[in-house]
Amino acid sequence: MRQSGNILFSGVGGQGILLASELTAYAQLEAGFDVKKSEVHGMAQRGGSVEAHLRYGERVYSPLIDPGTADILVAFEILEAARYLPYLHKDSAVVVNTQKILPPAVALGKMEYPDNILDELTDRGIKVVAIDAFAVAKEVGELRTANVAMVGAMSNFLAASPQVFLDVIDKKVKPAFREVNKQAFEAGRKLVYN
Amino acid sequence: MAFDDNDNKLWLSGNEAIALGAWEAGVQVASGYPGTPSTEIMGNLVRYEGVYGEWAPNEKVGLEVAIGASFAGVRAFATMKHVGVNVAADPLFTASYTGGRGGLVVLTADDPQMHSSQNEQDNRNYAFAAKLPMLEPSDPAEAKAMMRTAFELSERFDCPVLFRTTTRIAHVKGVVEKGERVATKPASVEKMPAKFVMLPGNARMRRAEIEKRMAAARELAETLPENRVEQGSGRRGFICAGTSYNYVKEAFPEAPVLKLGMVWPLPEGMIRDFAATVDELIVVEELDPFLETHIKAMGIDCHGKDLIPSQGELNSFIVRKAVEPDSVGELFAPLDLPMRPPNMCAGCPHRGIFYNLSKMKDVFVSGDIGCYTLGFLPPLSAMDSCVCMGASVTVAHGMSKALGEDGMGKVVAVLGDSTFMHSGMTGLLNAVYNESNATVIILDNRTTAMTGHQNNPASGKNIKGEPAHAVNLEKLCEAIGVPRVRVVNPHEINKTKKVLKEEIASPDPSVVISRAPCVLLPEMVKAKKPVYFTNLENCSGCMACVRLGCPAISWHPLTPEQAEERGYTKKQKGYAEITEVQCNGCGQCAELCKFEAISTREEN
Ligand SMILES: Cc1ncc(C[n+]2csc(CCOP(=O)(O)OP(=O)(O)O)c2C)c(N)n1
Ligand code: SF4
Ligand code: SF4
Repeated sequence: MRQSGNILFSGVGGQGILLASELTAYAQLEAGFDVKKSEVHGMAQRGGSVEAHLRYGERVYSPLIDPGTADILVAFEILEAARYLPYLHKDSAVVVNTQKILPPAVALGKMEYPDNILDELTDRGIKVVAIDAFAVAKEVGELRTANVAMVGAMSNFLAASPQVFLDVIDKKVKPAFREVNKQAFEAGRKLVYN
Repeated sequence: MAFDDNDNKLWLSGNEAIALGAWEAGVQVASGYPGTPSTEIMGNLVRYEGVYGEWAPNEKVGLEVAIGASFAGVRAFATMKHVGVNVAADPLFTASYTGGRGGLVVLTADDPQMHSSQNEQDNRNYAFAAKLPMLEPSDPAEAKAMMRTAFELSERFDCPVLFRTTTRIAHVKGVVEKGERVATKPASVEKMPAKFVMLPGNARMRRAEIEKRMAAARELAETLPENRVEQGSGRRGFICAGTSYNYVKEAFPEAPVLKLGMVWPLPEGMIRDFAATVDELIVVEELDPFLETHIKAMGIDCHGKDLIPSQGELNSFIVRKAVEPDSVGELFAPLDLPMRPPNMCAGCPHRGIFYNLSKMKDVFVSGDIGCYTLGFLPPLSAMDSCVCMGASVTVAHGMSKALGEDGMGKVVAVLGDSTFMHSGMTGLLNAVYNESNATVIILDNRTTAMTGHQNNPASGKNIKGEPAHAVNLEKLCEAIGVPRVRVVNPHEINKTKKVLKEEIASPDPSVVISRAPCVLLPEMVKAKKPVYFTNLENCSGCMACVRLGCPAISWHPLTPEQAEERGYTKKQKGYAEITEVQCNGCGQCAELCKFEAISTREEN
């Protein structure tokens, strides 16, 4: 089992990154690690790019992931995966949601959304797992569970057993949303190796 | 399961930990003004029993409230972001003379990198300038523990103690251990005029006390457990504090480190001894060479800003690279991608005002700080200046005076309700008193949205969401003497345009109150309005709606062939479409569309 690691979450304000990173943090705490997590509030949340850094290990000092050291990137949007390339190394794993959210310049017709941008990652030898988390969320009947489906997919790259994540959902998610979130987690987890 | 509410170990953000630490330290009165990254402290603190907490209209008011509570003998706490200390600097510098009775801690949350701020000032300089002790934690666990130390030092030295955090303390989560609340003292009235009345005669006496207490604090710094040497190997040693300590520990885990928990005054003996044990001394700190300057003033040779950047945040990569440039490997270069700056929400009431202002090309828009500052960004691009909170009104007045007759109808000020309460009111008073011809637009969205929707004196609710008096902005402006006060619904673009034109043209000072609630307020989310959709066959591709910059509206370009395929004329360059799940039903785009291409499902 890995003794330490860096998990970077990226996406667009409002996509539920904070909950996703929170569930992952609790799961790593349950697994007995020291954990630090850093997030930025304020201006960045109005639909801009957002990120959360999660680091675990025996003793974690820095709350920030250094460039070139993210072991896992969980990107909730395609452009927001590509944007974090400088944080990756050649053995990084990227779990990316295939959703496209147009940035303002694209929505205004001033720029184009780049095609096949994920090739830039795979061309550099980085493992990219693209999943349609939104479709998973639709299937379980609650659109707001796309973030937990992403956590499910990502969990394949961590040693913690899926049961740990399910327990965390039981403890940390409001009763009314527990079952759908667990379903989204399981469905997301299955998407990676099926 | 660990880390739930019954466990002694908690998983908390720095701000949550500070609230817990303040409660454990026996704080009884707290006042603050929101500001990233300090805001969540106050919101969390008021949930504890035995603490009175409030949102003040600005930081000066907040600090003075805390000073009053300290004068009454209880432990008191004031919170603010770094620039808030500029606003509160007046009481701060003199509270340094008076001291108090109950411990008084003033929290400054700095924002290196300017994630959510207009500057990245280093508030350690305030500790030096105001002659006050300052503590600086490195993570949430330390932040909680240091709150208690801060209150003890405040009472021991009879002065306010500054507590500095940065974004990477405030918004970092880590493991924190819960403790007990200390016994609190009842408040009482005790008259101590020689200490509390700062007339020159008394102040000169207190000035001497400051020197005595700072000498005592310097001495204590030598043995304070928060200042410590961590032994290591190698001939290179580091001095650091705050989050920089974490980066040094990651970058050079074996190196000896002098970690300062109290960054002012400094333990000269400890620093000298540490320096003597190493061949090379490196001070690692974000922003200003604060520690470096004072260490060099002791006659101790060290590296600092010759190696370490003085702008923005650090991380362990930057520290390693600065100290051992050859030790870091190549990184993947960033790709050239469209940026994703923040934007006002779909259905934001501010958009209606800025859309209208964007059409008035010869009007200078003197802006202010809040969500509406985003009106600066394209496609609206309708803000021409923004300095600090409240400056919209005063800058507009100054411009109108400089321009004289030529300025008529050319200058407007735009500010939010919370900003108006904070420091816009006094500027308006001046504008009326000194006969400005500028027009002031108050964006009354019933909340302090930018920092996460805190209530303010215009919201009708207090910090806990309980009913409170709501100031009547119209009457307030009238009482100030504004001869023309108009209220508009900003979602009604054309009616608003008419009022704005009339008021901007008027030679008298005038106020336009733009009144519509922020769409993210819980009551607005619950009462979700019918959403709009695009009748694509009617879209003429005129882009009128696109120019609003609503994130729910996207432009789809078409080639002539694609246009024909879709049943448009060859000349049509594209079509606009509303993403219905994002629409908040404000109706602004529907009013702008001349081709009946935008409607609600009900209208259709
Ligand atoms: C002196 C100072 N204190 C606090 C802040 C943080 N801050 C930025 S904008 C803002 C208030 C915004 O509220 P309002 O004016 O009502 O506009 P809204 O965001 O609701 O549109 C605050 C508190 C600051 N920039 N400067
Ligand atoms: S949070 Fe409210 S005020 Fe801020 S951009 Fe969104 S709708 Fe506008
Ligand atoms: S009505 Fe139009 S402008 Fe308003 S939120 Fe919906 S799409 Fe945006």
